[in-house]
Amino acid sequence: MSWAWFHKLGSPKWFFSWSKPWALPVFCFGCLSLLIGLVWGLVFAPADYQQGNSFRIIYIHVPVAMLAQSCYLALGVAGFVFLVWQMKMAPIFIKAMAPIGAVMALIALVSGAIWGKPTWGTWWVWDARLTSVLVLFFLYMGIIALQNSLDDQVLANKAAAVISVVGLINLPVIKYSVVLLETLHQGPTFTLTKKPDMPPEMWLPLLFAVIGLYCFVAGLLIWRMQSEILKREYRSSWVKQEVTEHGL
Amino acid sequence: MHPVRKKRLLVITAIVLVLGAAVGLVMYALQQNINLFFSPSQIAMGEAPRNANIRAGGMVVKGSVKRNSDTLAVAFDVTDFQHKVTIEYRGILPDLFREGQGIVAQGKLNNDGVFEATEVLAKHDEKYMPPEITEALKNAQRSTGESAESAQSTY
Repeated sequence: MSWAWFHKLGSPKWFFSWSKPWALPVFCFGCLSLLIGLVWGLVFAPADYQQGNSFRIIYIHVPVAMLAQSCYLALGVAGFVFLVWQMKMAPIFIKAMAPIGAVMALIALVSGAIWGKPTWGTWWVWDARLTSVLVLFFLYMGIIALQNSLDDQVLANKAAAVISVVGLINLPVIKYSVVLLETLHQGPTFTLTKKPDMPPEMWLPLLFAVIGLYCFVAGLLIWRMQSEILKREYRSSWVKQEVTEHGL
Repeated sequence: MHPVRKKRLLVITAIVLVLGAAVGLVMYALQQNINLFFSPSQIAMGEAPRNANIRAGGMVVKGSVKRNSDTLAVAFDVTDFQHKVTIEYRGILPDLFREGQGIVAQGKLNNDGVFEATEVLAKHDEKYMPPEITEALKNAQRSTGESAESAQSTY
């Protein structure tokens, strides 16, 4: 098997030209799917027999919570790739991804609290799931803070990659906290092994919202990476050529 | 693969595995403390401390809820299908509180083995259903009688 694609990924120039046509279509598809999922879920899907309409916040809470974890998984992989192969693109990816993940984790925490008040009877409880997601949010903030506070670029890249990799340990804790431990939070809504415990008119809009948010974030990420590439590589001749030919 | 990269790969993988194992062991050792609440079985076996602020959780036993008509006082049993514990509470219950529902209560276990709660939280599971379907299920149960009743009690 050829590893050429893997090594190409490390080149900012190659990534910039490869990703250019992708950002807008992926982002637009994401917005569309997200819009369908949210309107369908928040307006047309049936209410829950126990929770009534307050159940509808699931259409926001579940997608952002999934993204918060997926973004971190991607950060961890990028950190690992950087520490082993020293690829130039990995720290650019971490820099572009961390704030998106942090926002997702924050929305997951806030929407969870808003959902918790009418259903559980409390905004917050220190159970394993809620606490581990709070830790996830702090990990994101740590990565952002480290990358921005160190003036030495080489050191900043390395430090951010190290926390990204070490923080990976938190992901199985988040995932299995509701399965292995007694928590107030219910079990997972979507699993790979069995069908969700709700009728299709409830989980289909949720699926649209989840896929939509993934694409929305992917589009956003490509744009953020492109601007980070231009910022870091402004001295190179290909960036100068790119800017003079196509403008900013 | 370049030998230097191979070495880094091994070192970083080893670090992550060792840290993961350490966190796993800590979690395992703390499992009793990380659990949000004591189950009725744990309380029955005397694992829960008396007169200390703890949480107890379980499913509200059907037909066990006794409300005082003059005050907000309420008493009910919770079960994990092996043991039961009686909970006494004075205050407003969450909307989702009902018989057959999972709850978590914070309070103290007194010397009579009764749990005096200061806060009651409702748990819900990951099963969601439109109200029409539950209505249809109930109607179906009425027509088929007892057998369906027992199936629903396992919630």
